[in-house]
Amino acid sequence: MSPYLKFEQIGMSFRRGQMATEVLRDVNLRIDQGEFVSMFVHSGCGKSTLLNILGGLLKSTSGEVFLEGKVVDEPGPDRAIVFQNHSLLPWLTVYGNIAIAVDKVFGGSQGKGKNKAERHDWVMHNLELVQMAQAKDKRPHEVSGGMKQRVGIARALAMQPKVLLMDEPFGALDALTRAHLQDSVMEIHAKLGNTVLMITHDVDEAVLLSDRVVMMTNGPAATIGEILAIDLPRPRRRLELATDPEYARCRAAVLEFLYARHRVPARAAA
Amino acid sequence: MQAAKAAGSAATAMPVPGATAEIVAFRPPMRPALQRIADAARHTVSVVLPPLIVMSITLLVWQLLCSEPGARLPPPTKVVSDAWDFIVHPFYDNGGIDKGAFWQISKSLGRVGIGFSLAAVVGIALGVLVGQSTWAMRGLDPIFQVLRTVPPLAWLPLSLAGFRHSDPSALFVIFITSIWPIIINTSVGVRNIPQDYRNVAAVIRLSWWEVFWKITLPATVPYIFTGLRIGVGLSWLAIVAAEMLIGGVGIGFFIWDAWNSSRISDIIVALVYIGIVGFLLDKLIATVGHFVSHGVAAQ
Repeated sequence: MSPYLKFEQIGMSFRRGQMATEVLRDVNLRIDQGEFVSMFVHSGCGKSTLLNILGGLLKSTSGEVFLEGKVVDEPGPDRAIVFQNHSLLPWLTVYGNIAIAVDKVFGGSQGKGKNKAERHDWVMHNLELVQMAQAKDKRPHEVSGGMKQRVGIARALAMQPKVLLMDEPFGALDALTRAHLQDSVMEIHAKLGNTVLMITHDVDEAVLLSDRVVMMTNGPAATIGEILAIDLPRPRRRLELATDPEYARCRAAVLEFLYARHRVPARAAA
Repeated sequence: MQAAKAAGSAATAMPVPGATAEIVAFRPPMRPALQRIADAARHTVSVVLPPLIVMSITLLVWQLLCSEPGARLPPPTKVVSDAWDFIVHPFYDNGGIDKGAFWQISKSLGRVGIGFSLAAVVGIALGVLVGQSTWAMRGLDPIFQVLRTVPPLAWLPLSLAGFRHSDPSALFVIFITSIWPIIINTSVGVRNIPQDYRNVAAVIRLSWWEVFWKITLPATVPYIFTGLRIGVGLSWLAIVAAEMLIGGVGIGFFIWDAWNSSRISDIIVALVYIGIVGFLLDKLIATVGHFVSHGVAAQ
């Protein structure tokens, strides 16, 4: 059986005048439907590049991404992105920011078409999912950072994507808000069973949320260094996990890769 | 020691709650209300007083300088008495170009309205084109940069030659004067649309037209209105100058006509009117801009 989402020999180099920088090389990854995968990518080592290739916003120099056996070559709502800085449109209300996506994705008469009332219900449903229904008429600059990111998540979920892409979704939030949103994401993932690919820099976040953690080596020419399966039962509760030996083992494994082993290829290159 | 004292005073206060309640219940609501009125009054005075003082001093100096016999310009008192008819009868209409201030100004405003509206439509369209297409920018930007420095009145002979009539020529001068800041600001706004917004548009697969209507235009609105504000100011400058040359009804020719018949006081009153109308035009565009952009400021 072919995997749901497949990266095959992805390579990416950027050319600036005479200088070519190889950012990614030979990235191969298979993700099953419903899986939650986190990726550790070092800053400046193709973090956004990888996500943008999957999102269809960038074309890889070599290799292909397959989603349900079809080549990904343009952006589309089946790969909704939760952007790092939420990217809400400031002139639209919270409701409007989700409605613009819902109206476009479900507006047409073809396939997934919904009528006006259904679309309104669907927007409200997704706002309730992230507990933002009460703030639907506020504009983005009137709500807090955590609330903006909730709306960003709701907008992505509202597209009913095959894969939900999250680009350091909680990076800019304080620890308490982040923990809160992580719990929300876990709940939503449990309820909807989305396939999720999340880029993160937070060890605890990766271990807590993911089924697998993919660790990339240092750039240039970053590639997959190690994949760690997290065999913790769901639903997971952060307080119980704090003393769980398996959790501690996974956490240590990620840390060890980050601080010890990822350096080896870098040293070899230098 | 202090805690004991506090406890003691609380204990003594307990038996007579009515007495303390009276003071607490009645005085605070009075004081904030009075306080608020006093604050508002103080704020108003601090805003209104400085311009009043400066204006009084200016008028006084003017009065002193122009009061001696043989002064070439009239003092403020003489301006008001000379131009009294013009000031108190803005709506008179004796036919021809002998009309009151209201008609003169509305004729000029009408010209600005038409010329500026045309400039806004064409300017925004060209600005979006130049902002979106690198090719259009490279081709058109040098032309814009050169043409925008041409003074408004330098266009007038050319447009008279082209249109053969004074009215369309005046409209053209307004158009060509106010269009440059609109084009340039719009194109800067379009170029500064964050990549994030474009990504969002790409992910939900908006069509070209939807991107323009739902992303480009709203994201550029603050920049567009900056251009419109500069443009409306310039067109008001240009119309007064252009009307002096083309004649007919209009506040510009009114000034020229007053000069020819030595009505210096009328000129001064007209200048004040022009200044006030220009100020109101600027505020009008700024207010509309604030309303349309939902308070989203340019980055």
